Amino acid sequence: MSRRIASLLFYLGSGSCFDVDTFLWPPDDHFILFKQDFMTQDADRPTSSPSCPLPGGGTRRRDVLSTVIVGAGCVGACALAYPFLDSLNGTKNTTLGEDDSIDVDIAALRPGQQLVVTWRGWPVFIQRRTPEMLASLKATDIVQHLRDPDSKILQQPKDAMNWHRSVVPEIGVLIGICTHLGCVPSYATPSANDKAGKYSCPCHGSQFDAAGRVYKEAPAPYNLPVPPVTMLSATQLRIGQSKGDPAFSIASIQQI
Amino acid sequence: MSKPDTTPSGWLETRLPIVSAFRREYVDFAMPRNLTYLWNFGAFATIALALLIVSGIFLALNYTPSVAEAFNSIEMIDRHVSSGWLVRAIHMGGVSMLFAALYVHMARSLYYGSYKAPRELLWLTGLGLFILVMIAAFAGYILPWGQMSYWGATVVINAMNAVPLIGPALASWLLGGEGLGSVALHRIYVLHFVTGFSIVGVIVLHVAALHVVGSNNPTGVEPKASDDVVPFHPYYTTKDGLGLCLFLMVYAALIFFVPDLLTLANNYAMANPLVTPGDITPEWYFAPFYAILRAVPSKLGGLILSAGSLAVLFAVPWLDRSRVKSARYRPMLRWAILGLFLTFIALGVAGMHKPTGLWLAISRVSVAYYYAYFLILLPLLPKIEVTRPLPASLRGESV
Repeated sequence: MSRRIASLLFYLGSGSCFDVDTFLWPPDDHFILFKQDFMTQDADRPTSSPSCPLPGGGTRRRDVLSTVIVGAGCVGACALAYPFLDSLNGTKNTTLGEDDSIDVDIAALRPGQQLVVTWRGWPVFIQRRTPEMLASLKATDIVQHLRDPDSKILQQPKDAMNWHRSVVPEIGVLIGICTHLGCVPSYATPSANDKAGKYSCPCHGSQFDAAGRVYKEAPAPYNLPVPPVTMLSATQLRIGQSKGDPAFSIASIQQI
Repeated sequence: MSKPDTTPSGWLETRLPIVSAFRREYVDFAMPRNLTYLWNFGAFATIALALLIVSGIFLALNYTPSVAEAFNSIEMIDRHVSSGWLVRAIHMGGVSMLFAALYVHMARSLYYGSYKAPRELLWLTGLGLFILVMIAAFAGYILPWGQMSYWGATVVINAMNAVPLIGPALASWLLGGEGLGSVALHRIYVLHFVTGFSIVGVIVLHVAALHVVGSNNPTGVEPKASDDVVPFHPYYTTKDGLGLCLFLMVYAALIFFVPDLLTLANNYAMANPLVTPGDITPEWYFAPFYAILRAVPSKLGGLILSAGSLAVLFAVPWLDRSRVKSARYRPMLRWAILGLFLTFIALGVAGMHKPTGLWLAISRVSVAYYYAYFLILLPLLPKIEVTRPLPASLRGESV
């Protein structure tokens, strides 16, 4: 008898079936617990809650309380997790508002050559274009192979939304990161065979023309990004500020 | 007894009985029915430690252990890393909350004789934990490489050097043959999280020992009858749960409303080996030991008494000769131990003030009483003390 009572009280106490209204404390003398019973419970412990006698049926107060406590605990755990996970976002906003533009002297750059500088940690290609390169940018037989020949997709400031994708036709400036999966395309300098010059990505074969416009036959979806550029003089340019499109933010482009 | 192998729980049970072990140790586990809220502080310490480890891992992602970068990386965490200020506040506040919980936890053990047979190993593993926590806390305090970090580290490394025989070797292993520089800082960084994770391992031993001998209780009388005990769940899950809510509220108030209450402004100035700050004070949790160090007018003597104040605790289970555990039934010890708590607090306050005049006198009297309690009163009081009658069971004790 006492074993049955002990297991019943255990059952009540273990949370699967318990009514706060019947919770007597100190317990009645008949409710005797055996320490040994706690250790060797499994044989006679009821295992399913449907056998639990319900005074009035319906939801038990303890079930409601348990659910509320577990729910509140989960909310608390999520709130606690927030600062830790948020800290993984790091310091991305620290440079916001700071002037990170750079000035580049291109006096030594000869037609057909390319200069690579670093801006915001990205490789930036600066090319001085030959007349043949400029002519190739306007050639209709090339244009029909391009995904976005008129630079309709936002990959450049407004003052570079033109046939040569730059502020002045002779100087091209591109961020050298393939829009497929981020490798740096290599520059094929204009040669006797191909006077136009082009970019091809070593990773997955994407092709771009001299103005960074992407060819349809390869995986890259967008033209190479053009950074904001201001021509300070014929031999001096500033990357990071655009005189023709002052509101332009490099963060707003379709894809870097 | 065991479920058939065909059910998923039965399959798991026959291979790795973690479900039944958890039920046995944390659901059905027999607890004395009369534990007070003072028995919550072990759970508090565990939660504080868990938060320290989690926040520490996330701080480590942004911290650079070099003389040139350490201070800046901490400033970066505080000012620029998303939610970094909060993660660091959780970590710094957690140290104070952990030490506060541990001091109450230890005082409760001393008052109710929880260190006595059969719980000596529980006491010893607990003291081991406390020392590991002190090492981790001290190493952690050096990492921001502020003025207090630098000069605190300098003082402790010189103190290590003053220890005969092993001291210079230990200091050399820590510093790596140079002065206090990047090499040492890197080692202290590794020491910080190695001790942090070691603490988790020793907690496993501490809790395993607890589950062999069971909890002590305010009467110090072992539960004998079946109605002396109640199952851990729901009785103490709810009691610990309520206490934890209050503990976390205090913790949150510390983090969000007074994050600078327990930190020193000097440590927000970068370490400068050319200038010692005019006002060196330790963190509050080290203040009692710092006060002992300064109370003794001898370099080695101060170190011995300061370290000895911890070492003497290891002998407590054998220094106390009384058969009665709880100070409730020991009228003389009850006053003596209140005196011990007061002297320890007095040492803590003295440690935060300059060691002159009254504060020096208070420190010296307190050190004398601290040692007298353990070395004279604990062994000798039982010879003259008339203890009050112990209850036969825990039945009449309130919950």
